[in-house]
Amino acid sequence: MKNKTVIATNHLSIGYSSKNSKTVIAQNINLSFESGKLIALIGANGIGKSTLLRTLTGIQKPLSGEIELNQKPLQAYTALELAQNLSVVLTEKLPPSNLTVYELVALGRQPYTNWVGKLTSVDQEKIANAIALTAIQEIVHKKHFEISDGQFQKVLIARALAQDTPLIILDEPTTHLDLHHKVSLFKLLKKLAQETHKCILFSTHDIDLAIQLSDEMIVMTQKQFIQDQPCNLIEKGVFNSLFQDEDITFDAQKGKFVFK
Amino acid sequence: MSGSQKHTITFIALGLLLLFLLLLNISFGQIAIPIKEVFKSLTGNTASKESWEYIIFNYRLPKAITAILVGFGLSISGLLMQTLFRNPLAGPYVLGLSSGSSLGVAFVIMGASFLPVYLAEIFLSPYGIIFASCLGSLVVLIAVLLVSQRIRDTMAILIVGLMFSSFTGAIVSSLTYFSTAEQLQKFTFWSMGNLGNLAWSQISILLIVTIIGLLLSISKIKALDALLLGESYAKSLGINFNRTQIIIILATSLLAGSITAFVGPIAFVGLAVPHLAKLIFQTSKHWILFWGTLFFGAITMLFCDLLSQLAGTVVLPINAITSIIGAPVIIWLLIRKRNYS
Repeated sequence: MKNKTVIATNHLSIGYSSKNSKTVIAQNINLSFESGKLIALIGANGIGKSTLLRTLTGIQKPLSGEIELNQKPLQAYTALELAQNLSVVLTEKLPPSNLTVYELVALGRQPYTNWVGKLTSVDQEKIANAIALTAIQEIVHKKHFEISDGQFQKVLIARALAQDTPLIILDEPTTHLDLHHKVSLFKLLKKLAQETHKCILFSTHDIDLAIQLSDEMIVMTQKQFIQDQPCNLIEKGVFNSLFQDEDITFDAQKGKFVFK
Repeated sequence: MSGSQKHTITFIALGLLLLFLLLLNISFGQIAIPIKEVFKSLTGNTASKESWEYIIFNYRLPKAITAILVGFGLSISGLLMQTLFRNPLAGPYVLGLSSGSSLGVAFVIMGASFLPVYLAEIFLSPYGIIFASCLGSLVVLIAVLLVSQRIRDTMAILIVGLMFSSFTGAIVSSLTYFSTAEQLQKFTFWSMGNLGNLAWSQISILLIVTIIGLLLSISKIKALDALLLGESYAKSLGINFNRTQIIIILATSLLAGSITAFVGPIAFVGLAVPHLAKLIFQTSKHWILFWGTLFFGAITMLFCDLLSQLAGTVVLPINAITSIIGAPVIIWLLIRKRNYS
């Protein structure tokens, strides 16, 4: 299958605007993401990763510039159409409820079900597929608060898969996980991007893992936005300028950060 | 699927239980009427005694129907509020909606004397009282909602509800100092809760308002499911969050307000019954919980009404019975708390 552009930005400027003032967080952002790719968004705390993701998912309006999702302007989508093209995995906790893992994954089918949310055989098939891809069969009957953090992230990813969208955006999916679960989650995302041919964009602070496992990276710094393959980014020495701290440097040979 | 079969069996059992309690409820009272005779007279045949017929159609049946409608409305408003506020301990009584209604009704009953006679008559009509009561609960609901958007802590929201109750309660008691003994008596009787006071004309008004409230709730079944994931996820699933919120608020205050207007504040039914439904059906799907809550609501109210008459010659206020059952349920929920923080 040929890779096609799923989402692209053109001279995008992000930030917050109130009545009197505009707070620009980043401007002139030109990015484009293709299907079948796993893309990591990295940058120091407070640089605006979340703002960028919120803008790309349509939660927040851009200050200027355009976002095109599947060659159509983002603001031209209805809420329902957008839900069929873009799914998210967020960092926020779920409200207390008795949702089981299966019910949680099944909620991903909402953009396709009838007015009471009845699951058709097609829906059930997609749900089963999402559960199989994320290998959470063992826990589908458990309540969502009875499982570990690592399992919970997989369940949220399964829910996004069930939503059956060409683009999945994840906000720091590996926080709170130990190294073993971080690696297995990254590998899962990589596998999903290849097998399902979706475009998967995620933000992370696990830079060395992202370098090894993602197809492309976007590096956000105060000055610039760079999108490229990890090896090229290393060659250009981009990672050295990531943190405004002379004690942290990037060792290109080892492919990881070292500090004095 | 075996799950849906199990649900069907549960629903049939609940339907039979409801029917049985309805007959029992009508047969029970100071003058006992055999269940067989109740059944006969409800199915269109005439009962053996004319006095029985008279009692059934003028006292017992209206009261039983009122109990069922109250059970429907309060329980569903509880279900809606628990999902909307992301709080398993939310309910129309706990969050102060009933107090808001009381305030509305208190203004109407005790404040009407300050108005010219023709206006007072409009205010004291069933419509005036319903309107004041719904408005009262709507105001409190919106106030609690606004506060809850600033405070994410579930327990804090309950305390806010408690504060609103105290606040409205204080205004009501202040009002009583300016009212006549007759008005005070009227209000006191109202506030104790009474299912048996309604005429058929009032029941039909209650029926219509309840149906509107239930239909509004049904229209948002799917959105309620999505709300279990929180606002952001619900939006990402294509749900119009603001419209959903408005309709749920409207449905809740219509249901809680109109019921409180007619039968007085009734505690804990709205909070406890949805939990009963969740416990029995073991699901989070609102489509099933909705019907389960309806059945359990009606059953609970009929049962409580039955209990209120067990003391022999005196009939206890219904609010006392629901509190005696309901308050321990809340404590049990808190002790058993799973991920309720």
